[in-house]
Amino acid sequence: MRRQIPFGLVFIFGIFMVFQFFVPHEKSEWVYEFLLDWIIVIGIFALALGIWSLFKVSVEKIKQGKEGGNYSYITLVGLYMMMAFGFTQQTGDGWGLYFLWIMLCSACIVSLMRLRASTDSGKKRMWALASGGLLVAAVLVAIFDDAWAFFLYTPEGLENSMFEIFFDHIMMPILATMFSLLAFYIASAAYRAFRARNVLASLLLLAALLVMSRFNPFIPGAEYVANASNWLMNVPNLAAQRAIVIGIGLGIVGTALKIILGIERGYMGRG
Amino acid sequence: MKHRFLIVGLLLLFGLSSVWAQTEPPEADSMVVDSTELFPAAVSDVQVVDKPNDHGHAVIVTWETSADDGGGKNNVLRYEIFYSTSFDGPFDSVGAVPAGTGEFRHIGSKEPLDSAFVPDYTDLFYQIDAVTADPTIRTTSDVLGPVQCSGQWFNTGRIPVLVAVLIFGLLTAFFVLSAKRGKKLYVRPIGGIEAVDDAIGRATEMGRPILYVLGLGSAADVATIASFTILGRVAKRVAEYQTELIVPTYDPIVMSVAQEVVKSSYFDAGRPEDYKEDCVHFVTQSQFAYVAAVNGIMLRELPATCVYMGKFFAESLLLAETGSLAGSIQISGTDEIAQIPFFIVACDYTLIGEELYAASAYLGREPKLLGSLKAQDFAKAAFVVLAIVGLLAANFEWSEFTTLFQVID
Repeated sequence: MRRQIPFGLVFIFGIFMVFQFFVPHEKSEWVYEFLLDWIIVIGIFALALGIWSLFKVSVEKIKQGKEGGNYSYITLVGLYMMMAFGFTQQTGDGWGLYFLWIMLCSACIVSLMRLRASTDSGKKRMWALASGGLLVAAVLVAIFDDAWAFFLYTPEGLENSMFEIFFDHIMMPILATMFSLLAFYIASAAYRAFRARNVLASLLLLAALLVMSRFNPFIPGAEYVANASNWLMNVPNLAAQRAIVIGIGLGIVGTALKIILGIERGYMGRG
Repeated sequence: MKHRFLIVGLLLLFGLSSVWAQTEPPEADSMVVDSTELFPAAVSDVQVVDKPNDHGHAVIVTWETSADDGGGKNNVLRYEIFYSTSFDGPFDSVGAVPAGTGEFRHIGSKEPLDSAFVPDYTDLFYQIDAVTADPTIRTTSDVLGPVQCSGQWFNTGRIPVLVAVLIFGLLTAFFVLSAKRGKKLYVRPIGGIEAVDDAIGRATEMGRPILYVLGLGSAADVATIASFTILGRVAKRVAEYQTELIVPTYDPIVMSVAQEVVKSSYFDAGRPEDYKEDCVHFVTQSQFAYVAAVNGIMLRELPATCVYMGKFFAESLLLAETGSLAGSIQISGTDEIAQIPFFIVACDYTLIGEELYAASAYLGREPKLLGSLKAQDFAKAAFVVLAIVGLLAANFEWSEFTTLFQVID
């Protein structure tokens, strides 16, 4: 029964989705959009599970004393601090005890992680006391400090300058750095791929050189090179891509049919 | 000296007077033009019909362009379309199209509170203005209508898709039933899939973990669903060989499903006690932060094997190159055309496009699954034949054949 009900649901909604593609009526669209909304609802609940998983894995790393385990503190303090920034905003000109509150919360998270990672009962008690004390202090600061407030239902927190500073000036440059590494990785991968080991690899090298020279106006016969590389991109390359796309399309339809009809059950843990 | 001042003064006076002359409005009488001569001819043969094959709230307006559009006075710049729910108006502008155009699709909103809302089953009236460069010089057509829009219960423009799906479904059913009856089906070997067992064996011998990356797709993507199936097979082998498995995920829903898949595989292998829930864990929903985390795992844990199956985007090469640096055997598979070359370059084995979907059937060797693979092969053969016939039909202008496969949205 534990498996039959999910398979039944997959069949019903799978068949509905197939027919919905051919039924443009408003009522059919309404059901379709209603079902899509459920993905968002499930996603929100699943996010809580995800954060819990991240917390457990991070604590486990500290517990096992794994290499790089200390980064887990930064991960979790960063996660919860960004959440705190996103839900708070100053009410006047000054920040009051806001930064003290942030430090108390950070220390509380670290001590909670130490509490979960500790195996010794004495240390557990010590970290429990520390976490409790820090939590009480943070709550007291939040209650008695009027310079800032919580905004749980309105978006004021997203305009919190701390949130913007951390996102625009720390998060974004780090992400851009990761992305920029791609240029160097492409160069190293290209070096490996374009070594002329046999006839086919030599052809690949030649084609790559032509395509790379496409936008270089300084090479002799630039127009011919551009035409040749355009032909390579638009004829053999596109033909191969279309063949792959047709195969992918058929694969998607085939897999979808197998899932709807219950032939393919691996995604439910029955390989 | 006095003369110099006099000259300067005269020049200033002359300059100021010329400026004044430029700013003074011209005599009104001299600007009067008989603008009726400039009015363009109105559009003709206007037709309004409900847009077919849609959810309603849309009307198609067609007309014969003005005689002064591209000919005659040649002064029509654009056509403005107005609509009203009453013959007497007031008419609201719903859009404009450039001169030379004879059709306008009035796609309204279905939300009653939206300003662009167009009601279904209500009389609608339209007017078209032929507008010149001067917006005040325009000619309005007669009021057209009434027309009513409504939603349809079947999109006739998609009949070719329906026929193709039905034929493919029947082919799949036929081959699945044939396989069930015991007919032996040959499936060509896929190098990447055959390497999975060797890669797991290598990890066991080296005492290092296996890293399985499900990509950035959501649980609703077919590529991710195919990846779940392959993960199930890999996890079963991993459980049998008692090797460590690491599955960092990008999406919390994918994490939940993957946990269930891996858990079931450990049960199937008869080693439920070896299953650790944290082997499948959530990392982040930020693309490059996820890359940083997975690359960190690769460089710290030095997995013997890295498997990348699912949807991948710009992170594909970042992951595969780091795996290569870590000395891992790498097996990849994706249906993202743009990422396939990156994987081919950086990985030892790559499943190209549809091979990702075939992998689960190939690994399982179940007749039912192999049957669907055969259906795919036959459908591909049919596509090849149709492509050749289509090429000939297009060259010999046999439009009946080429339009047969046209999907109209």
